[in-house]
Amino acid sequence: MRLIAENLGGERGGERLFSGLDFTVSPGEALLVTGPNGAGKSTLLRIIAGLLLQADGTLRLEGAPDAYEGLVAASHYLGHLNAMKPVLSINENLRFWQEFNGTGQHSIEEALEFVSLGDIGHLPFGYLSTGQKRRASIARLLISDRPVWLLDEPTAGLDKASELQFARLMQSHLNEGGIIIAATHLPLGLDGARELSLGAVV
Amino acid sequence: MGALFLRDIRLGLRAGGGALVGILFFLAVIAVVPFGVGPDLKLLARIGAAMLWIGALLATLLGLDRLFQADRDDGSLDLLIMAQGRHLLALTVLVKCLAHWTVSVLPLVVASPLLGLFMNMEPAAIGATTLTLLVGTPAITLIGAVGAAVAVSLPRGGLLVSVIILPLTIPVLIFGVSASYGAVEDPAPFLAPFLILAAITLFFAVLGPLAAAAALKSSAD
Repeated sequence: MRLIAENLGGERGGERLFSGLDFTVSPGEALLVTGPNGAGKSTLLRIIAGLLLQADGTLRLEGAPDAYEGLVAASHYLGHLNAMKPVLSINENLRFWQEFNGTGQHSIEEALEFVSLGDIGHLPFGYLSTGQKRRASIARLLISDRPVWLLDEPTAGLDKASELQFARLMQSHLNEGGIIIAATHLPLGLDGARELSLGAVV
Repeated sequence: MGALFLRDIRLGLRAGGGALVGILFFLAVIAVVPFGVGPDLKLLARIGAAMLWIGALLATLLGLDRLFQADRDDGSLDLLIMAQGRHLLALTVLVKCLAHWTVSVLPLVVASPLLGLFMNMEPAAIGATTLTLLVGTPAITLIGAVGAAVAVSLPRGGLLVSVIILPLTIPVLIFGVSASYGAVEDPAPFLAPFLILAAITLFFAVLGPLAAAAALKSSAD
């Protein structure tokens, strides 16, 4: 399984953000997308997630496991928004996404333990703090299996301990042969992650 | 898909879901008609079916703009669109429409016999109007889904959605009302307009979700 981008170009509102991007990500590899604000990091992730059309170039996932048809179906997307309903409890939110996206190797209880929210799963999502919301959203990545994780500023709002915890979760995803593409300003604490710098002109 | 249906029902019933707004609006519209029209019981009985239908139509339009916007605001819509490989997007839209109809519109249908009494309608007319509302209102929701999907990225698209889809719901109103009258007024037929009403609902059950899914796909930004 390899994620291959060739001559990829993206634009937003008619404005060209980047072009001629070539990269290949193999299993167990993480690609950190860096660059100043407005360089097109989120746009690149949304293009990979199939939510935006690329201006030119091609994007494909070679040798994907049979369970997933194509790149989008094999991807988890963690955007700026947490995709959780404030009036439903964490458990209800996660149960919905698990039933909708398919059961993974971790149960909801296990996933909540991994992000240290095990004892407050019954609380409405709207009651949580920013960091806790982010952690609940990270738990969503664990309850359904997807080999490719697309993370947009995943550590926004997390404290130091949660960042370390999340780094361990990402590392174990990579060790199992997963792929991570993350847009970030902060180091995520991953060993051997490659970096793709967008918009070098400041 | 069952999970999506249950989630949307729960969201509609919990605080801020807005399921009650439609039925209160419906009640308000029908309750003020006798005051405006005057105490002519024969006239009220004659316009009763039409007023019930207009009230139900407007009450149905009321909550439609939030159909996809709530999911867009919290990022869920992105994930629903990304899940196309597992769940056909048109089917996702259809399930969301069914859940919305069950929570927001079915109560209107259930309340319509009671409101029919306000309008001094005969039992047969009340029965026929309730039946036509039951069959016809899903079409309004399904047409509305297209408008809601087109206007999903507009922050205050509520009125726009109503304006876009109101012309398209006119056939539903015409055949709904004429079937209701057909049940009580002798020369007018009941079955023919009723069957056309059912056909309109079935037609939009196919076309509405497909069009809404296409609009949602191209609205992602």
